[in-house]
Amino acid sequence: MIEVRGLHKSFGALHVLKGIDEHIYKGEAVSIIGPSGSGKSTFLRCINLLETPEQGQVIFEGSDITAKGAKIDRYRQKMGMVFQQFNVFPHMTVEENITLAPVMLKKMSKADAQSKARELLERVGLLDKLNEYPRRLSGGQKQRLAIVRALAMEPDVMLFDEPTSALDPEMVGEVLNVIKDFVESGMTSIIVTHEMAFAREVSNRVLFMDEGVIMEQGSPDEIFNYPKNQRTQDFLRRVLQH
Amino acid sequence: MFENLIDKVIVRYWDVFLLEGLKYTLALSAIAVCGGFIFGSLLALMKMSKLAPLRWIAAVYIEVIRGTPILLQLYLFYFMLPQWLPMLELSKFTCVSVALIVNSAAYVSEIIRSGIQAVDPGQMEAARSLGLSKTQAMVRIIIPQAIKNILPAMGNEFIMMVKETSLASTFFIGDIMTAYRTVQGATYLVIEPLIFTGIIYFVLTFLLSKVVGVFERRMQASD
Repeated sequence: MIEVRGLHKSFGALHVLKGIDEHIYKGEAVSIIGPSGSGKSTFLRCINLLETPEQGQVIFEGSDITAKGAKIDRYRQKMGMVFQQFNVFPHMTVEENITLAPVMLKKMSKADAQSKARELLERVGLLDKLNEYPRRLSGGQKQRLAIVRALAMEPDVMLFDEPTSALDPEMVGEVLNVIKDFVESGMTSIIVTHEMAFAREVSNRVLFMDEGVIMEQGSPDEIFNYPKNQRTQDFLRRVLQH
Repeated sequence: MFENLIDKVIVRYWDVFLLEGLKYTLALSAIAVCGGFIFGSLLALMKMSKLAPLRWIAAVYIEVIRGTPILLQLYLFYFMLPQWLPMLELSKFTCVSVALIVNSAAYVSEIIRSGIQAVDPGQMEAARSLGLSKTQAMVRIIIPQAIKNILPAMGNEFIMMVKETSLASTFFIGDIMTAYRTVQGATYLVIEPLIFTGIIYFVLTFLLSKVVGVFERRMQASD
C-alpha cells in the first residue's frame, strides 16, 4: 500500500533520515520504536508529506506522491494522521471538528457526515460530548476526538505520531484502547510510539529506528525477545528497565 | 484659571470640541483603521506569500512607513496628492485620510500577520493532514482563530489613531486638536483650552480601552 524508497531528509545541517526503504502492506499494523531524535516522527511525517523529503519517493497505492505536481491534498484524504499534541480545532464543537473535512471536501453529505460522527463517537465513548467545545475535554478525550476526526474521512491508512506522549499517565490507557480497537478491525496503521507494551501487543511488525535508518525490523516477538542488532538490544534494555 | 476654563472655554466652546472636533477625530480614526485593515490584510498576505518579490515589496513598504514620522507622511500626501492628481480636486480631508490609511496599513498588516502566525502551527498541519488545501485551511481553521488575536489589537490601533489624528490639525482638518487651535485663537487663552482638550482625549481613549478590554476578555472566554 505504501512503498518508501531511498528517503532522505535534513533540517539544515542535521541529516535526520539517511535512506529509508520500506513497504507497508494493507491491513498491517506497524510500530516504529527507537530513541528520541532517531527520525521516527520525521519518517512518519514524510509519508503524508507534512515534511518534504530531499531525496527518495513515497508510492501510495501505486502513485508516486512525491512526484512534481502530484495532487497531495487528494492523497492526504486517504491518510489519516493523529498528532502528539492532538491539534483539535478549538473554535469548533466536537461534531464540527469531525464533519468539517468530509463535508468540505465533498466526500459525504452533511447528514451522512453527522451520522458517521455519531457512530464513531459512540465507538470511542464520546457521544455525550457531541456539542461540546474541545476546551471542555480532557487530554485523553481530545486525542480520541482527533482519532475520530481522522477516521471520519474513511482513510486507507492511519498514521499515529506518538499519540500518547502528551497525555497524563492515567489517560494513556483509554487512547491506546481506542487505537487497538481500530487496528484490530483491520485499519492499516503506522504507529510511532514509546509505549513498548502497546507496540508489542497490537502490531504485526516492529521497526527499530536509530540515527536516521531502520536498524532492525521483525515481528514483535523477534524484536522484543530476540533482538539481533546491538543497538536494538541497548535501546530495549534502557527502556524496559523502567 | 479654573474660572476661565469653565466660563470662557467649556461653556462657550464645548460644541466646537465635542460636536465638531470629536466627530472629525472619530471619523478620521475609523477611516484610517478600516482602510488600514483592507490594505493591511493585503500587505500581510504579501508578506507571507511564497513569491519573494511580493514579500519584498510588502517588507519595504512596512519598513519605510514605520521608519518615517507620521507627520511627514501627512505633509507628503497633503501636498503631493493634489499636485499629482489635480483633476480629482481632492479635499484636504481626503488627502489626510489617504495619508492615515497608508500609515495605518503598515501597522495593521503586522498585527494581522502576527495574529495569524500566533496560531499553533499544529492547526495548519492537522487541517492539511485531513486533505484541506492551504487556502481552505486558512479560511476555516487559521483565520477564525487568528481573529481572536487580531481584533483586540485592532482596538488598540484605533486608540493609537485617535491620538495620532491630532497631527492632522496641522492642516486645520476639524478634529479635536483643530478645535483647540480655533478656541485658542478666539480666546487668546493657551493653557485652559489645552487642559480641556487633554481631558477629552484622555476620557475618550480611556473609555475605548475599557471597551477593548471587555471585548478581549469575551474573546478569551470563548476559547
